[in-house]
Amino acid sequence: MFHSLGKYILLLRLSFRKPEKFSVYWAEIMREMVSVGIGSLGIVAIISLFIGAVATIQTAFQLISDFIPKTVVGGITRDSTILEFSPTISALVLAGRVGSAMASQIGTMRVTEQIDALEIMGVNAPGYLISPKIIAGVTMIPLLVIVSVGLGLTGGYIACWASNDVSTNDYLRGLTDGFNPVIATVCAVKAISFGFVITSICSYQGFYVNGGSLEVGQSATRGVVWSCIMILFCDLIISRLLL
Amino acid sequence: MIEIQDVYKTFGENEVLKGITATFQPGKNNLIIGGSGSGKTTLLKCIVGLHEPTKGEVIFDGENFTNMNFEQRVPIRTQIGMLFQNSALFDSMTVEQNIMFPLNLFTDQSKSEKLDRANFCLERVNLTGKNKLYPSELSGGMKKRVGIARAISMQPKYLFVDEPNSGLDPVTSILIDELISELTQEYSITTVVVTHDMNSVMGIGDHIIFLHQGKKWWEGSNKEIAKTDNKELNNFVFASPFMRAAKASL
Repeated sequence: MFHSLGKYILLLRLSFRKPEKFSVYWAEIMREMVSVGIGSLGIVAIISLFIGAVATIQTAFQLISDFIPKTVVGGITRDSTILEFSPTISALVLAGRVGSAMASQIGTMRVTEQIDALEIMGVNAPGYLISPKIIAGVTMIPLLVIVSVGLGLTGGYIACWASNDVSTNDYLRGLTDGFNPVIATVCAVKAISFGFVITSICSYQGFYVNGGSLEVGQSATRGVVWSCIMILFCDLIISRLLL
Repeated sequence: MIEIQDVYKTFGENEVLKGITATFQPGKNNLIIGGSGSGKTTLLKCIVGLHEPTKGEVIFDGENFTNMNFEQRVPIRTQIGMLFQNSALFDSMTVEQNIMFPLNLFTDQSKSEKLDRANFCLERVNLTGKNKLYPSELSGGMKKRVGIARAISMQPKYLFVDEPNSGLDPVTSILIDELISELTQEYSITTVVVTHDMNSVMGIGDHIIFLHQGKKWWEGSNKEIAKTDNKELNNFVFASPFMRAAKASL
């Protein structure tokens, strides 16, 4: 456990060494950003719309009463979407989509000697392979979370319109009433942290693969499992510290 | 010139290399031969720095490579070209991008200069016009040739080749051997080839090191190998009935 943690920290240190040539790394960062950002937009959009709608319907089911103003549903949906659903559930889905792809890509490069080829050329392989992925993760995953928040709240609006449990006017008033900016900060911190966790853990798992295609698959699975565990752990720590 | 001095390599309890000393001269095809598990590839990886020797030194033209850190090794590594057993081409890049990759990272050449160099290297390995193909679209022999083109793109002083003939038909194997030999002599490169292919040994083996059980068992040239009375080497080289018949006819 401590041996792996040490290897992980050393790998991160190697990943952020001075690049051999910035322009080459920049091109790689852009490529990874497109892969992480644009490539994940569809799945994030679909889950966000549904989660927003479900959150609204379930909140309305539990809270509709003559003693509670109907605008509360919008407020609770907003807070739960921004604080928890969008950053955490998006991150868990992205761990499966982006993380496993990163672990298997790097793992395949390891078992087919492509990483050895980079090292022979004098290229800092962790820097060239891992740092663009981490940079893409910590920049694009927060942007995906912003999109997810917008679509989650839109999903809630659609659910109100379709079900008539709460009027759309009450829902919209609930969204804007009593907004505390701290929840946006917490959401941003979570999104950046989760971006780092997914990309660094999955890259680590891929980089130290030993063996063949079976081990590459196992490393991708390990990467996703560890990313999910660490996402939930960070979620707890950030919520405890910032709220 | 590359010198290796008393190189040992141990993995856990398993001692793979047991004190190997050798010198590889420029302009010659230096072959490391031996049976499976004799330590050939481990020795090659120790020389190029993919494995750190447990003991001993590797010296490139008087510079002790073993004692250098990552940054100090970079100037030497940019002078190394290597062809891997499975070619190790970057899957996500085209043939042209593979060849231009080291040029992009380590030179300040313009795009057209890099492209000219890539085309020259492709022409040199008889793959003109294959620039835009991806590795998945190439045959085994073509992959090897692209690997050689990438290895020579930086005009290396040292060329390392791991099992160049594995998985290739005899005709393609001979073409690859001839190409390696031509490049070695043309550019006076210090070439080290790991192989257990007897055609390569007899065809291009200017200087041969035979490894057995992790030790250097014999050293000489392809002209001397047929006359040796070294039992282990004879068992290895003349293992097949064809080779025994060939020796008997000499």
